[in-house]
Amino acid sequence: MILSVRDLRVSFRTEDGPVRAIDGVSFDLEEGEILGVVGESGSGKTVSLLAVMGLITDPNATIEGSISYKGRELVGLPARELRRLRGNEIAMIFQDPMTALTPVYTIGWQIAEQIRAHRSVSKAKALERAEQLLAEVNFPNPHEAMSRYPHQLSGGMRQRAVIAMALSCDPALLVADEPTTALDVTVQAGILDLVRKLRATHNSAVVFITHDMGVVSELADKVMVMYAGRVVERGDRADLFSVPLHPYTQALLGSIPPLTGEKPRRLPAIPGSPPSLLRLPQGCAFGPRCPVRYEPCATGKPDLGTNVHAAACFRVA
Amino acid sequence: MGGSMSDNDRPILETRSLGKRFSIGSRFSAEGRRAVHAVDNVSLAVRRGETVGLVGESGCGKSTLARCLVRLYDITDGELLFEGEDIASKSLSELRPLRRRLQMVFQDPSASLNPRRRVGDLVAEPLRIHSKLSSRAIAGRVAELFDLVGLLPDHVMRYPHEFSGGQRQRVGIARAIALNPDLVVLDEPVSALDVSVQAQIVNLLADLQEKLQLTYIFIAHDLSVVRQVSTRIAVMYLGSIVEEGPAEEVFTAPAHPYSQALISAVPVVEATPGGARKRIILNGDVPSPLKPPSGCRFHPRCPIAVERCRTERPELKERQAGRKVACHFPTLS
Repeated sequence: MILSVRDLRVSFRTEDGPVRAIDGVSFDLEEGEILGVVGESGSGKTVSLLAVMGLITDPNATIEGSISYKGRELVGLPARELRRLRGNEIAMIFQDPMTALTPVYTIGWQIAEQIRAHRSVSKAKALERAEQLLAEVNFPNPHEAMSRYPHQLSGGMRQRAVIAMALSCDPALLVADEPTTALDVTVQAGILDLVRKLRATHNSAVVFITHDMGVVSELADKVMVMYAGRVVERGDRADLFSVPLHPYTQALLGSIPPLTGEKPRRLPAIPGSPPSLLRLPQGCAFGPRCPVRYEPCATGKPDLGTNVHAAACFRVA
Repeated sequence: MGGSMSDNDRPILETRSLGKRFSIGSRFSAEGRRAVHAVDNVSLAVRRGETVGLVGESGCGKSTLARCLVRLYDITDGELLFEGEDIASKSLSELRPLRRRLQMVFQDPSASLNPRRRVGDLVAEPLRIHSKLSSRAIAGRVAELFDLVGLLPDHVMRYPHEFSGGQRQRVGIARAIALNPDLVVLDEPVSALDVSVQAQIVNLLADLQEKLQLTYIFIAHDLSVVRQVSTRIAVMYLGSIVEEGPAEEVFTAPAHPYSQALISAVPVVEATPGGARKRIILNGDVPSPLKPPSGCRFHPRCPIAVERCRTERPELKERQAGRKVACHFPTLS
């Protein structure tokens, strides 16, 4: 077990009152496994992974629960210790590669710096390794790319550079937050291929956050669907997509227009919009939009239970 | 609005070799002032009542083309005809009566709605500018429009920030249809919305098209959304159309290698991945429109390119009934 999160709760104090962004999230991740986390904006998918990375530094935030990485508790770990892990054993890639790159240094310099921050190697060795990494993430001309500045690269190439940087220290765990959302589909296809290849060669565990059900279905081994700060469904990819259990997962899958086959005259849409975390409905957060809600949904919050493929819904018992 | 056959056949909007160049750089820079062909030699006819989907990756010129079509940008080359009349060279005041018939919906409703004004006011604005209605009649029309797009009557007093993204886009749509336009250009109207909300807006647009007999030009990078709404598709690459045809045909059997790669790259939900679909992964990135490749602009990334593609630029030609392809070696059945 590489990562084990138990009953994670994250809340923020805001001017408008306390906001519980994450409300009891638990999941496990094995070596070499890809976990897809899907949800809409505000579902808590990003915040839960920022918590795992120890990147929630907001003094108004409270983090409760347990995050255990290779048996070591990360919640409450001093910043120094965390920094030793981050970028080394645990790496992260973000949606916008420009936020992860500094505009004033070359790509090669930045990757080498990352290596030297965690390993005691000579500058020449680090640069050599950086070039290898660029080749590994399919830069057409890695040697030339070393001396490029981020603004001279396309979005797809920047994201590849960030991935090269994330891989520089052979991470055991890679957290990717919507890494392909800002990219075109043909570029996205290349990046997804790359992530699959890395899992195969480095045996890294990957947590892949996205709002795109298609991406998850192509990439993930396990899937976790989030809504309003809670996990509403989890399961193996094949199970979850062939027999989605939660009404939200079902409705979300149903509302995506098909790319092949018969075209529905109207799309089965979900009414309303995702709730604000400041004004969460009583009971099940999806209740007000749910086509199969009944009395218990108005008062109680359904649990996920212990099944491998499970849904937090009173209708699925 | 009696639509006789000939009326239906005549394009409502047509471009002939339309081009849009932007000049960039400074006279004092090493390269001097240069021109970027954002849209290059586009000929497209849009017929009444249809939805033409424009697809392509970022930088392919689809949004620039959209803005040219409603004359938000001045056209640098070619012709733009609205109901057979050239509107490319019309002055702004001459364009004014046309504006009510040609409307646009933008991607980000929070950027296109003035945050300091009530939404009822925002929807009434085009009516105040273009119609001679009394303020009471305008209020009545606004209420009608709110009902049409699925907003509640008391929403008129709210400000844009009080709405969710989906509702804000409904306001944007109400504003666009306020003057009973004939044609609406929709530039990524659902891209900024949550997945669960997109379907609502797609359905709304389909309902409005039916009720108000609208013609749409629909731009989106999400191909499954484009397929859902479009009757015809034009695929753009580096400023030009590379393939055009009936939506169903283009999606089931794309003829241009770029369309094939684009459609194959869309991740779809499947219980067993990789199933029947074969993915074509393109090499490299979209080249800079500043230095477009010689010959066929797609040749550096094309899996089937040969010498001829490097030198000779293929024209967009009708290769089969209703199907135009700009490729020397199109895949046609």
